[in-house]
Amino acid sequence: MDSTQSLAWFVPELILSGTVLVLIFFDLIAVQRDERASGVGIVALAGAIAAVVTSLALWGAAPTWLFGRMIVLDPFAVFFKVLLGLSLVAAILMSLGSREVAGRANEGEYYTLLVSSGLGMLLMASAGNLLMAYLSLEFVSLTSYVLTGFLRHNRRSGEAALKYLIYGGVASGAMIYGMSWIFGLTGSMDYGVIAQRVVALDAQSQDALFVALLLVLAGFGYKISAVPFHMWAPDVYTGAPIPVTAFLAVGSKAAGFAILLRFFNFGIGDAAEAVPGGVAFLSLVMAICFLTMTLGNLAALPQQNIKRLLAYSSIAHAGYALLGVVVFREDGVRAALVYLTVYYLMNLGAFWVVMLVANQTGREDVDSYHGLAWRGGAAPAVALTVFLASLAGLPPLAGFIGKFYVFAAGIRGGAVALVVAGALNSVVSLYYYFRIVKAMFFEEPTAGEATLEFPPFGVGALVALATLTIVLGVYFGPLYDVAGTAMHVFRG
Amino acid sequence: MEHLLSGMVFFPLVGAALVLCLPSTRHDLIRGTATAFTIPGLLGAFSLFQRFNPEGGFQFVERVPWIPAYNIEYLVGVDGISVTMVLLTALLSTLCMVASFGIEKAPKGYFALFLLLETGMMGTFVALDFFLFYVFWEVMLLPMYFLIGIWGGPRREYAAIKFFLYTLLGSVLMLVALLYLYFTPTPHSFDMTKLGVLVADKIPLKVQMLLWLALFIGFAIKIPAFPFHTWLPDAHVEAPTAISVILAGVLLKMGTYGILRINYGILPAATLAPMSDLVPALGGLSVAFVVLAALGTFNIIYGALCAMAQQDLKKLVAYSSISHMGYVMLGMAAFTDQGINGAVLQMFNHGTITAMLFLLVGVIYDRAHHRDINGFGGLASIMPRYTFVTGFAFFAAMGIPGLSAFISEVLVLLGAWKVYPLLTVIAASAVVLTAGYMLWALQRMYLGAPNPKYADTGWEINGREIFTLVPLAIIVLVLGIYPKIILDLQDPALRQLNTHVTSASQPAARAMRVAAAGE
Repeated sequence: MDSTQSLAWFVPELILSGTVLVLIFFDLIAVQRDERASGVGIVALAGAIAAVVTSLALWGAAPTWLFGRMIVLDPFAVFFKVLLGLSLVAAILMSLGSREVAGRANEGEYYTLLVSSGLGMLLMASAGNLLMAYLSLEFVSLTSYVLTGFLRHNRRSGEAALKYLIYGGVASGAMIYGMSWIFGLTGSMDYGVIAQRVVALDAQSQDALFVALLLVLAGFGYKISAVPFHMWAPDVYTGAPIPVTAFLAVGSKAAGFAILLRFFNFGIGDAAEAVPGGVAFLSLVMAICFLTMTLGNLAALPQQNIKRLLAYSSIAHAGYALLGVVVFREDGVRAALVYLTVYYLMNLGAFWVVMLVANQTGREDVDSYHGLAWRGGAAPAVALTVFLASLAGLPPLAGFIGKFYVFAAGIRGGAVALVVAGALNSVVSLYYYFRIVKAMFFEEPTAGEATLEFPPFGVGALVALATLTIVLGVYFGPLYDVAGTAMHVFRG
Repeated sequence: MEHLLSGMVFFPLVGAALVLCLPSTRHDLIRGTATAFTIPGLLGAFSLFQRFNPEGGFQFVERVPWIPAYNIEYLVGVDGISVTMVLLTALLSTLCMVASFGIEKAPKGYFALFLLLETGMMGTFVALDFFLFYVFWEVMLLPMYFLIGIWGGPRREYAAIKFFLYTLLGSVLMLVALLYLYFTPTPHSFDMTKLGVLVADKIPLKVQMLLWLALFIGFAIKIPAFPFHTWLPDAHVEAPTAISVILAGVLLKMGTYGILRINYGILPAATLAPMSDLVPALGGLSVAFVVLAALGTFNIIYGALCAMAQQDLKKLVAYSSISHMGYVMLGMAAFTDQGINGAVLQMFNHGTITAMLFLLVGVIYDRAHHRDINGFGGLASIMPRYTFVTGFAFFAAMGIPGLSAFISEVLVLLGAWKVYPLLTVIAASAVVLTAGYMLWALQRMYLGAPNPKYADTGWEINGREIFTLVPLAIIVLVLGIYPKIILDLQDPALRQLNTHVTSASQPAARAMRVAAAGE
């Protein structure tokens, strides 16, 4: 499809681009009139919701290539567009109620960057060309660096941004180098052409392909914070404003999985299996999967800062979702899609509670949750328990369904050892998740501790997320069916 | 389709939701509502007891597609293996609600969680879809964790998380085995009533044995079998009285029930396969011999010896549970009709007797705020009625003829004697140990000169407490005289289960004889 025709199928991205422009001007005008730019959040929210709605309208459209085979439109892309759009909506809603963000002078700048980052993620979900993949990934990274450092006078925030930038620079350097090898080997940047040509490579070139895939994996692995490319995550999650942390944890990670899944399921995975070096490559990604979940969980055990704890937990969850990727089967993709959806719900909910508590207490350590249930925070405490139990994978909650499907994919794909490791890992994770539950419920507040009051809107959002977490844990058929449609990557 | 079982499972859940909506200051209303919502379960149990047809296989079956894309069904039903457990759960749930009336701290949360726990317990015993079973099995964990952790004793935080971690460790292994079993037959199935036939020839025996052991670890933690038992003394001691009753009375039975339903039902061939396939050093000893009979006998002795060493009355009762559950393991490993009948009857009897014991411990703890056996003395003259009931329960636990545990233990020993004579001798001699620690505790606490500290307290067991104990005492007495009431319900199904296992492992049956000869 040529560029003009493509625009009709590109509405969500166009809306987000428009929102970015509107935000910049709106901010300028508001600043000139010396009004507080509180309306920017609402504008951003409207844009994000419109993007989600228009993305939903694309569900069921015939798969096709857009913009001269730069961008793919298929159910897989639409699935991620909706999920990422919802992450953006949630991040904006959180920001509206965040003490770190709301009411700051440069709020307009913040929402501009947030929406830009969302736009980049939508592009990541549908990139069908190495160039597009690189550009969109880089776009998301650059905006994320600035968002992480948004708290200008906070040293941790600045440190986090700098670390993020350096790690990100190295990873994307490695990735583009790997992409240049792939281009050199196949003479194309188009996924479809690459997939056809990799299988015809001679033995020597296949070894080169192995190296190229490794380098590309470094770039993608960094985005999903897989071990050993995860080092940035704990610092960045701790330093960034909480809504940004949540956005990175659910949105950026899902976008990373989108790009990873499409790249490796576009025939390149099959090619990797066919070549001698490919076997080594498969064992390697399995090892990465194992290390990611194990290291994430073990490192989370001693954490005292709850954002840092959730950072390591999100590394571990990337490991579980990777289990769906490493079996290189369609039902693995399906499982990963289900996993990322439930992960969105429960992780977002957890960060939301963290934000509400931090708004009140100004603290982010586990000790500040001491007796929370008994001093005005019963609803957030119960909601957080639901999210944490779901993260630990207890039925009948959504997190269990996610684990159930990735484990099922692992068993079918013959990775029984990885599944056993994953199952044992969830026992480990229970311990650190429930340290927070213990603090909230089992420890009684000491006299003189202030009673907290939570805003009705925040509590309402928590109740909604917790309810969804339970409902999806009991009735997950529709989600599984949707993921079944979305798992087919368009190769035409 | 009749919805009796669904009602029994979900009525408490509705009650839990309702209790949460009540004003938190109205303690009486909360207690009353919670108790009222356990009554339908009890009435359902009576109806079940009357209408259950022992020869009828699975009954009161309800089957509704749940997640059709994955062939997951909402499938519930009872047969002779589960029917007595459902009765026990309904009975103890109601009694424990009444026993919980003394809870003053956040009663709304307590009763709501308790009702949720009842849903989990009922569901576990009636679920016939493996996925559903797993969900109910896990649903129990969270309420139990909170009930111990919030309303428990001084070391409650430690006990709660330890219970949680141990049980979860077992259940994740079960999850892996469940998935493996699900994917073996085509079309894939979670139906526990058919899975045994579906997977029989499709999985190599060695893999079946690994699956068997993975499942076994999950269940052994619940029983709890040595060496997976260390959570139990902590959890029992720290839990509030009613929760200890539920733990010992119902939750422990889920371990042995799971083995009967899933290990025996789905993997019969592996049950009697020779261990030498996995561990050559163990030679021709069968899996059932090594992990059930031998371990069970060890449990009997070990639990009794530990109980003897305790100063804390509740800990003594907790260890006695480990000991008594050993009889269940021994009986079910014999694959004789007496053995398995004795084992399942023992599950029921232990449920009622140990419930009495924990309730009685709760009575004295509520008054004295300690449970040190040596810290009392002469209670018989201070609390004669209490002492009478305690004496009755202690004698029942000892297995005195005329009371229910005697019948089940004798059946177990008779059944096991034919197959494992040596183990039976050891197990039988443990009765002396049981009598030893029980009588010794009785003597130290109730006989002798009254402790002057408590002489004028005017303590006596109150009406509400008697109300929770009397139904149990009647059952213990009646089943001691006329055990046919329960045996008739379970016997045909258990005989069939025996045949199911032994016929599935004809070559392996030899291994069992080798085991018997090797003793």
